[in-house]
Amino acid sequence: MTGTESQNEDRADAMFHALADRTRRDILRRVLAGEHSVTTLAAKYDMSFAAVQKHVAVLERAGLINKRRAGREALASGDVEAVRSVGSLLTELESLWRGRIARIDELIAQPTSTERNQ
Amino acid sequence: MPVTDVQHDMNNLTLTIVAEFAAPVSRVWDVYADPRQLERVFGPPTYPATFVDHALIPGSRSTYFMTSPEGEKHAGIWDIKTVTEPSGFTFEDAFSDADFNVSTDLPVSQNSYAFVATDGGTKATYVSTYATAEALQQVLDMGVVEGATSAINQIDGLLAA
Repeated sequence: MTGTESQNEDRADAMFHALADRTRRDILRRVLAGEHSVTTLAAKYDMSFAAVQKHVAVLERAGLINKRRAGREALASGDVEAVRSVGSLLTELESLWRGRIARIDELIAQPTSTERNQ
Repeated sequence: MPVTDVQHDMNNLTLTIVAEFAAPVSRVWDVYADPRQLERVFGPPTYPATFVDHALIPGSRSTYFMTSPEGEKHAGIWDIKTVTEPSGFTFEDAFSDADFNVSTDLPVSQNSYAFVATDGGTKATYVSTYATAEALQQVLDMGVVEGATSAINQIDGLLAA
């Protein structure tokens, strides 16, 4: 492997390792919907602040979320570009529904069999 | 854009989809009341659905299966709970074996579909609720087989760029 290939493999390893934990997937889901402070994230889980902080750090190292400081708070948000590549993991049910809704639209735009017969 | 709102609520274990249709409530109702129309919208295009039995009558059991691109059949049932024609109905959705015996080790969801008349047509609200976080996660994980494959392919593309 060349150096670049090896780096890419390391990055893929980090992404999949980060997403192999349900708490981290849940954190990612939240920060994709909007920026959250680590404190508000920690309030949602039955685990210590330090444990949630560690989960956030794993996601950050994998490049899936970005953190910035605002005053005393650390604000985390999902990295849309990186996450787009794994977005289907999080929105599978939603996409199923979007497909259904689109097909309902097509169906109701068609004339019914009684209308066709008239 | 017919889907107007999506809420993933991981605390109340609920997925809520709101959509608007340019058709009267009775027309949207017909999509759900008629199994031949329902099966055209329920399964993804790659997993078309077939409803064997279906009637929107409280206490009745609808049976359906979806067929994978490889021809495998995935069966399920709807137990219809309440029906208020044409404004909505509630039902329990479960997985089953090929003979429509309900599977007890796969998640069951409670569903509420509601249709309300608007200026331009119908607003539909679909709420699916799961019993436990594990159940919701399991459904997400189950749906992810294809999604994860495409995600891996996309990551390869992303990393190659």
